[in-house]
Amino acid sequence: MGGEYRGARANDPRGPVRWGAVDLTLFTLALFAGSVAAGMLGALTGLGGGVVIIPLLVLVMGVDLRYAIGASLVAVIATSAGAAATFRREGLTNLRIGILLEVATTVGAIAGAVVAAYVSRSVISTVFGLVLLWTAWTSFRPVKPGAIAETPDPLATRLRLDGVVATPDGPRPYRVRRVPAGFLVMFGAGVLSALVGIGSGIVKVLAMDRLMRVPFKVSTATSNFMIGVTAAASVGVYLHRGQIEPALAAPVALGALGGAFMGGRLLPRVNVAVLRRVFAVVVLLAAVQMIYRGAAGRV
Amino acid sequence: MTDPTPAPRPAAHDRVNAALARVLTVSIMLAAAIALIGATMHLSRHGAERPAYATYAPAEEALRAPAAILAAAMAADGRAIIQLGVLVLVVTPVLRVAFALVGFALERDRLYVALSAVVLAVLALGLIGVLD
Repeated sequence: MGGEYRGARANDPRGPVRWGAVDLTLFTLALFAGSVAAGMLGALTGLGGGVVIIPLLVLVMGVDLRYAIGASLVAVIATSAGAAATFRREGLTNLRIGILLEVATTVGAIAGAVVAAYVSRSVISTVFGLVLLWTAWTSFRPVKPGAIAETPDPLATRLRLDGVVATPDGPRPYRVRRVPAGFLVMFGAGVLSALVGIGSGIVKVLAMDRLMRVPFKVSTATSNFMIGVTAAASVGVYLHRGQIEPALAAPVALGALGGAFMGGRLLPRVNVAVLRRVFAVVVLLAAVQMIYRGAAGRV
Repeated sequence: MTDPTPAPRPAAHDRVNAALARVLTVSIMLAAAIALIGATMHLSRHGAERPAYATYAPAEEALRAPAAILAAAMAADGRAIIQLGVLVLVVTPVLRVAFALVGFALERDRLYVALSAVVLAVLALGLIGVLD
């Protein structure tokens, strides 16, 4: 198998660094370090690592967008599972909401991964840039938790989606609403996740919190559960397409996992408001680059 | 008006959750360890080469389907071993859904057993590679 490996080809350095002059060991270590930073930023800002990993791979490391999407999705599964296993937020997850909406996100993810083969990279890069713009916007204006609904919704009641959330004033029951609309948005979140290689956690949280009136804490925990399952659906398709390059997936996923873990530990000691603004500027610059490249057909 | 407080969660579900947390931890650590071994092996053999990821070339057949990946990993190919780690990682969220299904079955919640099964079927569809 070692003979088939085409690692020793001339590189086309598109990033700011001439990676063609760097050997694979140094490249891998740089990628690992960058992914640790991305995972840490993702955990600290609560906006996920995927939005940083793709610009890191494409803009900084000069990696082809298709490789970047595959590696990013593997990292998304790792951070989602890592958060569930180590941060012990699982208890807040509303499993019924999660499973019901995963029907939509996984079908969307499979559809997105299949369709991605027929969509030009210019379009994917532009869509990703627009997602980044929106991410920058939300990090300047963080999501304010929506109000808890008190009146029951017939469909949510029949689906037994209502639950109880712990608040400073003790346990409080919540009512879920607008299930069909939420389901539809989740299908879109699945397509987006697979197409551009992100967890699309913000879309999921906003759909649950704003639209369905699921309490914010429950929304974020349930979203984390859904992100990994959604990405697993698309990674299956991408694996069979040969779009998961293991030599990239390993440093990116291990780095993002380690970074997310460290970020979780650092969270109580960091000024999140300042960090989110810095993050927003970085994301904004990346957005401009990705949209420019998409428009210029340089991806 | 009826009392809006839903019925408390059955204890069976909590036991399933505790087991799930342990399984997830083991699964993610296993995936990370396998990927780390594979990456070290790959770099020890190819670390001096130039990275060539600016131009896209799909991964070889041996790195795509689960059975082929396993065979190549057995032949001590570094990249195939990493890919085996990726497979273990992909299975982790599948396990979470499978555990949810068991939890719902213990609660005799037929609707959610069925919905969990649908999610598992969609995940299997992606993994067995009929779509690509």
